Amino acid sequence: MELFTNQVLAGIATGAIYACMALAVVMIFQAIDHLNFAQGEMAMFSTFISWQLMQWGLPYWWAFLATLIISFVGGIAIERLLFKPLAKAPILTNVAGFIALFAIVNSVAGLIWDFTIKQYPSPFGSSPFLGSQLISTHQAGMIGVTILLLIALYLFFQFTRIGLAMRAAASLPESARLVGINTSWMIALGWGMASAIGAIAGILIAPVVFLEPNMMGGVLIYGFAAAVLGGLSSPLGAVIGGFLVGIFENLAGTYIPGVGNELKLPIALALIITVLVVKPAGLLGRPIVKRV
Amino acid sequence: MSAAEEVVTEAPAIEAVPKRAMTLGLGTSLVVLAALAIAPLFVKNFIIFQMTMLLIYALAVLALNILTGGSGQFSLGQSAFYAVGAYTSAILMEHFGMNYALTLPIAGVICFAFGFVFGQPALRLSGVYLALATFALAVAMPQLLKLGFFEHWTGGVQGLVVTKPDAPFGLPMSQDMWLYYFTLVIAIGIYIASINLLRSRSGRAFMAIRDNEIAASAMGVDVALYKTLAFGVSAGITGVAGGLGAIAVQFVAPDGYTITLAISLFLGMVVGGVGWLPGSIVGSAFIIFVPNIAEGISKGLSGAVFGVLLFLVIFLVPHGARQVAMVAQQMLGKLKKN
Repeated sequence: MELFTNQVLAGIATGAIYACMALAVVMIFQAIDHLNFAQGEMAMFSTFISWQLMQWGLPYWWAFLATLIISFVGGIAIERLLFKPLAKAPILTNVAGFIALFAIVNSVAGLIWDFTIKQYPSPFGSSPFLGSQLISTHQAGMIGVTILLLIALYLFFQFTRIGLAMRAAASLPESARLVGINTSWMIALGWGMASAIGAIAGILIAPVVFLEPNMMGGVLIYGFAAAVLGGLSSPLGAVIGGFLVGIFENLAGTYIPGVGNELKLPIALALIITVLVVKPAGLLGRPIVKRV
Repeated sequence: MSAAEEVVTEAPAIEAVPKRAMTLGLGTSLVVLAALAIAPLFVKNFIIFQMTMLLIYALAVLALNILTGGSGQFSLGQSAFYAVGAYTSAILMEHFGMNYALTLPIAGVICFAFGFVFGQPALRLSGVYLALATFALAVAMPQLLKLGFFEHWTGGVQGLVVTKPDAPFGLPMSQDMWLYYFTLVIAIGIYIASINLLRSRSGRAFMAIRDNEIAASAMGVDVALYKTLAFGVSAGITGVAGGLGAIAVQFVAPDGYTITLAISLFLGMVVGGVGWLPGSIVGSAFIIFVPNIAEGISKGLSGAVFGVLLFLVIFLVPHGARQVAMVAQQMLGKLKKN
């Protein structure tokens, strides 16, 4: 039983990483209706920017703030420059664009900062949290920040005019345009916010997985899986999905014989698909009914 | 979210491609065929090998095109079917000493069955959910092939070495050239069969499902059957391509069939034009040659150069090679009128 609790706790700790990433994934899905495959790489790039700012002598929180602003502007710039011209192109062409963006960001980061692994500081320290060896203060802090972020997003979407406008633009673009919402800028805003949330995720994840251009590869896959599991239209679902995926993964690694590190991912994915077959819109997602 | 969201009328993910627009005219086809048949006589063996790979990937892209462009289902799992085909051929040749040509239909049938079975759970999923499910398959496949349980057959991490066949009947050809013509004949056969498939009753059912699933089922199309059938056919063709690939490369190993391969095939389909079968060869050329070109331009930034080139292509022709072909056809039409 103790093994079980320990594994669940460890799962929650890793799950916090996925939850963060899943939030960013859901954010952009709300705005543009696609999964952005380059999301992880954008987050990685933002994290490198904050690292660079700290190398130049900026204190942690100033670097954090500056990175958020840079990522927000950067996200908007990417949308305006690269994806607005593709707005009328087929969806699959857009997906190809995400893959291209992935390749570009990854390779440019590798060229600027090279592929050596770098330490990244944590504002929460890394001593054991409440005497437990399994969750460090950093991981506890990460869970806290994820939950704060979730509440902030909920308030933003539920109670602000601009949040409402963004939801309208995403769910019914034509009608939103008719009532005077600038839908094109709402999409850009979605990109900016997703990019900033991605930056937060990256900065929180970097002390755990270390900073390097490929740090997000695995995390993004789990982040997608978490977002899909929780339901792509629900930020709360994404966070719950993130924790569940973390726990799944750890328990599968412990209890199913013959599952090494290598098979953890396929098994986690298989479980998620099983859930999806039963509940096709995700745990908290709302099924979309189409008019014929 | 809002009540309105529950009744969104959503445009289909893959736009409708009329049946006739899915193929090339007879004249153009013959010119392309002649070029493919004559070209190897004038080039070195290595280039012949690359052309063989071009045809093999074109087949794999074609298979994805039938699935996505034909029946509207998205797949990131094609590398898994490719791997199963490659391993089937390699195991039959090396462990059972079977003739290489005979292994291909077996690879095709096994992959068809695999795809058909995989299509069952995939039935309930669509869009990003299906993408995730197929993605999981692609991620799991290399790990499964490495499992100790199968090691006796698959050779584990090391993989298997496959012997390259000689030209039969004492034909005066190099092994590479023989394999090229062998692949070309199979590719043409599959291409013609695919076109006929899409023109048939089943093909119309695929397209009806792609354009509007509910309407298709109201018209009496057995949606479940045709969706899984599309998966099976696509997997079967990919499996034949995988088997050919194993023979051409003379080697199979789990790390040759990662998710990167599936993503490449997807890019090939987009560049060639979704739902336009002749575009498969253009897309295949893109995924084989453009990474090399990118590496030639800049070693350190090859990824970025590849990304920029890909962006250029999708900016200029968002519908891929199909768009180029259609514009060319219109211009020809105008010339004829004048």
